[in-house]
Amino acid sequence: MADLLALWDSLPTYLQSTFWILVVTVALILSVAFTTLWERKVIGWMQLRKGPNRVGSLFGLVPGIFQPFADVIKLLLKEVVIPSASNKWLFRIAPAITLIPAFAAWAVMPLDPALVIADIDAGLLYVLSLTSVGVYGVILAGWATNSKYAFLGAMRSAAQVVAYEIAMGFALVGVVMAAGTLNLGDIIRAQEGGVSNWFFLWLFPLFVVYLIAGVAETNRAPFDVAEGESEIVAGFHVEYSGIAFALFFLAEYANMILISALTAVFFLGGWLSPFEGLLGADSALGAPGFHWLFLKLFFFLTCFMWYRATFPRYRYDQIMRLGWKILIPVTLVWIAVEGLMVYFQVGPWSR
Amino acid sequence: MSVQSVVKTFLLTELLTGLSVTARTLFRKKVTINYPEERTPQSPRFRGLHALRRYANGEERCIACKLCEAVCPALAITIESDVADDGTRRTTRYDIDLFKCIYCGFCEEACPVDAIVETRIHEYHMENRGENIMTKDKLLAVGERYASLIDADKAADARYR
Repeated sequence: MADLLALWDSLPTYLQSTFWILVVTVALILSVAFTTLWERKVIGWMQLRKGPNRVGSLFGLVPGIFQPFADVIKLLLKEVVIPSASNKWLFRIAPAITLIPAFAAWAVMPLDPALVIADIDAGLLYVLSLTSVGVYGVILAGWATNSKYAFLGAMRSAAQVVAYEIAMGFALVGVVMAAGTLNLGDIIRAQEGGVSNWFFLWLFPLFVVYLIAGVAETNRAPFDVAEGESEIVAGFHVEYSGIAFALFFLAEYANMILISALTAVFFLGGWLSPFEGLLGADSALGAPGFHWLFLKLFFFLTCFMWYRATFPRYRYDQIMRLGWKILIPVTLVWIAVEGLMVYFQVGPWSR
Repeated sequence: MSVQSVVKTFLLTELLTGLSVTARTLFRKKVTINYPEERTPQSPRFRGLHALRRYANGEERCIACKLCEAVCPALAITIESDVADDGTRRTTRYDIDLFKCIYCGFCEEACPVDAIVETRIHEYHMENRGENIMTKDKLLAVGERYASLIDADKAADARYR
């Protein structure tokens, strides 16, 4: 074991990073797979159903645990149909463009007090820009398909993401004002000292705005007009089949996990323990660690499914109204309030 | 907008009410029936696949009165008849198109000799074009194969008729 550690320390940094990139990527792909199962289960339970329970079971405990693998294998074996009127190169590359940013953004995610793949100072800007790149894949897919429905879906998605990106950005301006840094790890460290210091209390309106904008950013219900199966069939991925469709699916769920993790980092103190203020950072429950980040992430991820099982889809003009006329003013007002709080030294960041 | 409704909107009260409904439902007892292993109870009156019955001595019940053909709202039944060797009137053709049939049970109601019945069999399928036509032979075969089942169901339902 000591030898292994010595070997690990002797490795150059780029090899260590590569190792962690592999670990995070594989873990993400697996979590996406099980997120799809978890979503079907939760929505099933909320609709008084049992959810998928046919494929495999872990010693009879978790029926349906292998459902994601069955789905992936099915999609892998299917033909990828490329429409003859489409722009074939863009059609092929679009799923990758949605998928890559969703994974790349994890590079700056502080997973543990000691573990960030790339601990860069402009981490928040990096995350914001990458999540914005993701929508290009959606737009390209809709355009390259050369179909009315796909194009409508892409246009909707573009307008929606532009509107909610602003609200999201303003909500994060509040976080940056409170933390005084763009580095995600430092944002977490700025929330140290127990639940009362976490930003979600002090920036509650921004927290709610960020949650709503996050759902809209990922094109999830109730903001899933980009797919809108009742109006435009499946929106931008109407002509995608087989593994190309699976890539879009993967990207959507990876984005959900990413937004959940970011919500935890920005507003719920990331890997900080909720008992830190009560038990001290040295005790078992009070110690920070990846498990706390995971629990918070898991909660927000489940919320995504909860919303989907509860809310009907917004009408398109309602989405625009909510984004431009409600969320953005709310964030602006709270940023002003926060400015006053900073000026008068109220709140945890005044230390 | 009144002050009240603005406050209500910004506190997201209605959204939270909706969320609480689904959250409570999450823990309610599930109503799913795992179909092939678990089944819902079936009435003896269930109207599934058709069958033509025989008397205990093996004689066909059907007397080709064509009342079922006349009453069938979907025109799914086609009957041709002739005089049999023993001088009785018998069907030479008795076809039911299962794709046309709406399983209303009128044929069973109309039949004066309880010849055509709908059984509780509902798990059947066709693999080739044309198999949807239940010919007289196929109907009689169903009736023979499930005779005891059909008799039991008719007996169970008899006191309500």
